[in-house]
Amino acid sequence: MSLFVDQESYFRPRTLDTLHYHHGLSERLKALAASGDFPHMLFYGPSGAGKKTRITCVLRQLFGAGVEKLKIDQRVFLSPSKRKLEINIVQSNYHIEITPSEAGSYDRLVIQELLKEIAQTQQVDLSAKQRFKVVIINEADSLSRDAQAALRRTMEKYMSNMRIILCANSTSRLIAPIKSRCLLMRVAAPNEEEMMTVLKYVAKRAGFDLPPEAGEKIVEDSNGNLRKAILILEALKMQTPDLNGPLSIAKPDWEVYCYKVADLLVSEQSPARVMEVRAKLYELLSHCIPPTIILKTVAERVVEKVDEALKADIMHWAAFYEVRMRTGSKKIYHLEAWVVKVMSLYKVLFRLLMQNPFD
Amino acid sequence: MASNFFAARTTTTRPTTKSQVIEPALQPWVEKYRPKTIDDVSAQEHTVAVLQKTLTSTNLPHMLFYGPPGTGKTSTILALSRQLFGPDNFRNRVLELNASDERGIAIVREKIKNFARQTPRAQAVASDGKTYPCPPYKIIILDEADSMTQDAQGALRRIMETYARITRFCLVCNYVTRIIEPLASRCSKFRFTPLDNDSAALRLSHIAHEERIVIDKPIIDALISTSHGDLRRAITYLQSASRLSSSTNPPTKIQPADIQEIAGVVPDSIINDFASSIGVEVEGGMDVDDEPHSKKGTFDHIKKKVKYLMREGYSATQIISQLHDLVVFHPTLDSRKKSNCALIFAEADKALCDGADEELWVLEVALRVNKVVS
Ligand SMILES: Nc1ncnc2c1ncn2[C@@H]1O[C@H](COP(=O)(O)OP(=O)(O)O)[C@@H](O)[C@H]1O
Ligand SMILES: [Mg+2]
Repeated sequence: MSLFVDQESYFRPRTLDTLHYHHGLSERLKALAASGDFPHMLFYGPSGAGKKTRITCVLRQLFGAGVEKLKIDQRVFLSPSKRKLEINIVQSNYHIEITPSEAGSYDRLVIQELLKEIAQTQQVDLSAKQRFKVVIINEADSLSRDAQAALRRTMEKYMSNMRIILCANSTSRLIAPIKSRCLLMRVAAPNEEEMMTVLKYVAKRAGFDLPPEAGEKIVEDSNGNLRKAILILEALKMQTPDLNGPLSIAKPDWEVYCYKVADLLVSEQSPARVMEVRAKLYELLSHCIPPTIILKTVAERVVEKVDEALKADIMHWAAFYEVRMRTGSKKIYHLEAWVVKVMSLYKVLFRLLMQNPFD
Repeated sequence: MASNFFAARTTTTRPTTKSQVIEPALQPWVEKYRPKTIDDVSAQEHTVAVLQKTLTSTNLPHMLFYGPPGTGKTSTILALSRQLFGPDNFRNRVLELNASDERGIAIVREKIKNFARQTPRAQAVASDGKTYPCPPYKIIILDEADSMTQDAQGALRRIMETYARITRFCLVCNYVTRIIEPLASRCSKFRFTPLDNDSAALRLSHIAHEERIVIDKPIIDALISTSHGDLRRAITYLQSASRLSSSTNPPTKIQPADIQEIAGVVPDSIINDFASSIGVEVEGGMDVDDEPHSKKGTFDHIKKKVKYLMREGYSATQIISQLHDLVVFHPTLDSRKKSNCALIFAEADKALCDGADEELWVLEVALRVNKVVS
C-alpha cells in the first residue's frame, strides 16, 4: 500500500509551482534558482512543515527532471582507528544527500571527505543546467561542532562547483559562521486554513469530499504537522469511509501510553504509584520513544489536569530535568526524578489547601 | 566504489580548469570585496599601522590575530602576504591551513615540512611589473587555530622552533585564551575589534555602489543591527537581499524587513506581542491582541503563544535574545526585576547550549519572566 503522503498523484508536489502554501517563499526560490546566482541555503522550521518537499522542488527547478533519478550507494569510510564505516548515500547526477547522524561521531570525517571529493569534481554532464552540484545535509542541527567547523571554510572555498543546502529544525544549534554563510529560509508550519486547503485537495485527488467537521478535527489534532495530518486523514478514511458522524482519531500507542502515565500521576501520589509509573516509563523507553518526547507528552497532559497554581512549576521541572537528561546518561533517572517532583508539588499544594480550606 | 557521481570525473575528456575561477558576477561578495591590500582593511587602524611597517623592513615576527568573526583577520593576513610576495610567489611562499583541512598534527607536520623544505629565493620583478619586498621566508597561516587540540598546539610549538629560520607563522583565532601560552607568547598579538557602525556603513555603501544597488539608511541600519559588528554577515545579508529583490519581476526595493527575515530575526510585531502576553509591555507597541486582558499571563495563554512561535519556526536562541534585549533595556521595569530576568536568560542559554528542547525552554523563560514582572 502506498501512503497518501508519499504518493505524489495525491499530494506530494514536485515543482515549486504546485506547492500549496507559502507562495511567497516558493516564488523567491523559483527566482533564485533561475538567477544563476544560487547561494548556500539553510532551510529551517518545525518538522512536517514541508522543508524537504520544498528542497526537492528547488532541485527540480535547478536541474530539471533528471534530478529525480535517484540511486542509493553504499560508501565506505575509514575512521582514524581504521574502523570501517558504511554509509548510505542518496544521489542523482546533480546532487547528493547525506544524513550526518548516520556517521555518528565520525560525521566530521564523512562530511570532509565527501565535500572535498565533490568540490574537486567538475560537473561533467555538459547539458547540465548548472555548473555546480548540490549537497543536501539533512538534520543539520545534529552535526557535531567539529563537523560544523570543518564546513565553514569549505563553503567559501568551493563555491564554484558546489552549493550546500542544510535542512534543520532550528538554527539554535548551528554555529554562527555557518549561518552567516547561508541564505536562511524559514519554513513555518502551515496555519489551520492552509492545512485545510491541502487536506481538501488530497481528498479530492483520492476521489472523495472531506466533510468540514472531519477536516477541522484532523487539523486540530496534528499541531501544524502536515505529514501527520495526511496520515490521519488516510487512517480515518479506512476506519470510517464516509467520514461522517463522530470520529475518533486513533492516537499512536505510545501517546496513549503516555496519557496513561499522566493519569496515574495525577490520580495518586504515593511510593507505590512511583514504582508503577516507573515501570511504564521503562516500557516506553524500551520501545525507543525518545525520552524528551515522553517527558513533554506526559507533562503536557498533566498540566491539562491540574490546578493553575501548579502548571508553571510542573513545566519548570520538566524543562529542568530535560536538560539533565541530555547531559546525563541514564534517562530513566531524570524522568523518575521529575515524576517524584511533580507528586511532591501536588502534595504540598494539597496540604496548603487543607490548612486554609476557606481561602 | 560504484558511485558514478564521483567516478564521472575519470571518464570525461573535458579539460578541467585547475584554479577555482568564478565569474565575478557569481562570486560571493565577501570574496569579491575582500580587502586587496592592508590599507583596504577598515577600522583596524592600529593593526594596519603596525603591519605597514613590516612591509618596509624585512623582518616579520610570528603573529597571532584574534577577535570575533568577520572583522578582517583572514583578509588582513592574506592581503599582507600578497603585498609581501606578489602574485607570482604567493603560491610557493604562503601556506594556508584551516579547520576545514585535515589537521591531525602528523599531517600538519608533514605539510609544513614539505612546504618549508626549499629555501626561498628572492626574486626582483614580478610578472605584473611591480616589485615586491619578497623577504627570505615563508608564511604559514593557521586559520581558525583555536579549534586545534592542546596536543596539536604543543607539537606546533616545536615545529615553529625547528623551522624558525625560514618561516613565519600567523595564527588566526576567535579566542586568544584557547591558544596555549607557550605558543601565544612567541607571537606578536593583534586584536581585531568588532567593526564600529560608521566603518561598517562606509564599507557597505561602497559595496552597494559598486554593485549598483540602491540602499538607504534604514537598510544600512538593519544590516548593522542584525550583524553585530560582523562584516561578513552584513555583506552576506546584503547580497542575499539584493538577490531576492532583483530576482522578482519587476525587481522590488529592498526593505529593512527583508534583511530581518534573511538574518532570522523575529519581526518586532511578533516579539512585542509575545512580550506583552507575558507581562512585559512594550512602549509604543499597540495592543493588537483581541484577547481580553484577563486572559493574559494565564498558563494556557502563554503556552499557546509559545506553540505559535515554534510553529512559525523561529529559533529559541533568537527569541530569547530578542526578549532579553526588550527586558534589559526596558524603560520602566525596575532593576530588581531586570536582574531576576537576567538570571533566567542565562540559565536558558546554557540549557540550549546543552541541547535542551527548544519549546520547553522558551516556555520556561516565558513563564518565569511573567512571574517576575507581574
Ligand atoms: N576590517 C574589514 N575591512 C574590510 N572588509 C572586511 C573587514 N572585516 C571583514 N571584512 C569583510 O568580511 C569578509 C570576511 O572577513 P575575514 O577577514 O575573513 O574575517 P575573519 O576575521 O573572520 O577572518 C571579508 O571578505 C571582507 O569582505
Ligand atoms: Mg577567518
